[in-house]
Amino acid sequence: MNAMKKLIPFVFSLFVASVAWSQESPDVLVQQVSSEVLEIIRSDKDIQSGNTQKVIELVDKKVLPHFNFPHMTALAVGKDWKRASPQQQQQLTAEFKTLLVRTYANALTGYKNQKLVYKPFKMAAGETDVLVRSEVLQPGGKPVQIDYSLEKIDAGWKVYDMTVAGISLVTNYRDQFAQEVRSGGLDGLIATIAAKNKSLESGQGKADKK
Amino acid sequence: MTVMRKALSGCRGARLLAGVVLALSLSAKASAETNPRDPYEGFNRTMFSVNEVVDKYAARPVAQVYDKAVPLPVKAGLGNFFGNTADLWIGVNSALQGKFGDAGIDVSRLLINSTIGIFGLFDVASELGLEKHEEDAGQTLAVWGVGDGGYLFWPVIGPRTVRDTAGWAVDSYADPVWRVRPIASRNSMVAARFIDIRASLLPADKVIDEGALDKYAYIRDAYLQRRRNQIFDGRPPRLED
Repeated sequence: MNAMKKLIPFVFSLFVASVAWSQESPDVLVQQVSSEVLEIIRSDKDIQSGNTQKVIELVDKKVLPHFNFPHMTALAVGKDWKRASPQQQQQLTAEFKTLLVRTYANALTGYKNQKLVYKPFKMAAGETDVLVRSEVLQPGGKPVQIDYSLEKIDAGWKVYDMTVAGISLVTNYRDQFAQEVRSGGLDGLIATIAAKNKSLESGQGKADKK
Repeated sequence: MTVMRKALSGCRGARLLAGVVLALSLSAKASAETNPRDPYEGFNRTMFSVNEVVDKYAARPVAQVYDKAVPLPVKAGLGNFFGNTADLWIGVNSALQGKFGDAGIDVSRLLINSTIGIFGLFDVASELGLEKHEEDAGQTLAVWGVGDGGYLFWPVIGPRTVRDTAGWAVDSYADPVWRVRPIASRNSMVAARFIDIRASLLPADKVIDEGALDKYAYIRDAYLQRRRNQIFDGRPPRLED
């Protein structure tokens, strides 16, 4: 019991320290957010039985604040981004956000029975652009490499790209987006993503009713 | 290099392959606006739609049944077993790329997992910290400076560049599973491995189906990114934004 009393302030001080760290260190930020989200996904019965909408809400609440969506959208659109008007950029960012959150939510729920491990992380003082590397270990399969690119902006560390097995969920859109811009211009691209989001949303509605 | 050439000429598919590649290079010139990374897009999209049908009515349903019906330890054992049969050839490719330390790990993995790991059913080596590598003849060719030759999509075996198709032919020639006899056992093993691989890709289906504006292009670009990542062993140099 005595040991317990000593332990509690110690654990508490660790907790305070980790909260303070999260504002400074990008690797700790990624670890905290991922483990919190994965914990919820693993324990939530609705999510386990395939409720995508619930994962999307979870990602919206827990993960989105740590993403830099304008930067992500700029990376996905590529060289056409600079030709877009501020209003087009805003629309593109909003539509891409919806699409990417769903993609990310699907990627998160697809994996079961795995263990997440983080690679050693080193960062030079004053660095503002870093890569946090992790791996998903799954029984009987090859480890899947998951990397997050983060940048330091005024609001703190923000993720601007993530790769799964070397595939960037962001830049993998570049050729598809360029193809849409070639055939329908930037407004055509915005309309295509918006239509895609709409159809997924209504499809989801149907799936939930089942 | 001579091993490779011998393997290629020994492969009955090689002549057919050369014919297809020639036909492709002729058709590439005919189409107007082409993606430089995908010069055979017309052919590829046709093959892709053929494969979509095969996948929808055969491969995917079988993989789904397998995934649901087979308990996790059995699936893991099977995955480990096939992984173990591949480690020797992975070691050869590590060595051919000059990564002798990796090659040593690959061979140690084979020895440990084949014995302590009971014919490879358990991946004891990974538990001991001997990390599994991903190497194949296509990556070796890339490290030797062979260009990818453009993207191809094949039914059943899926995306491969021209270089990786040649690499795949060599890999298959060196693959111990293809040498199992009698033929009936070999066929069951090849089929089991195919289902195991397809099942491992099931989680990606929803990501692609819901995330892609153009499923063909999404898979193509994902494949090219993943190969680039493998060739650089997980640390590809950054591309221009």
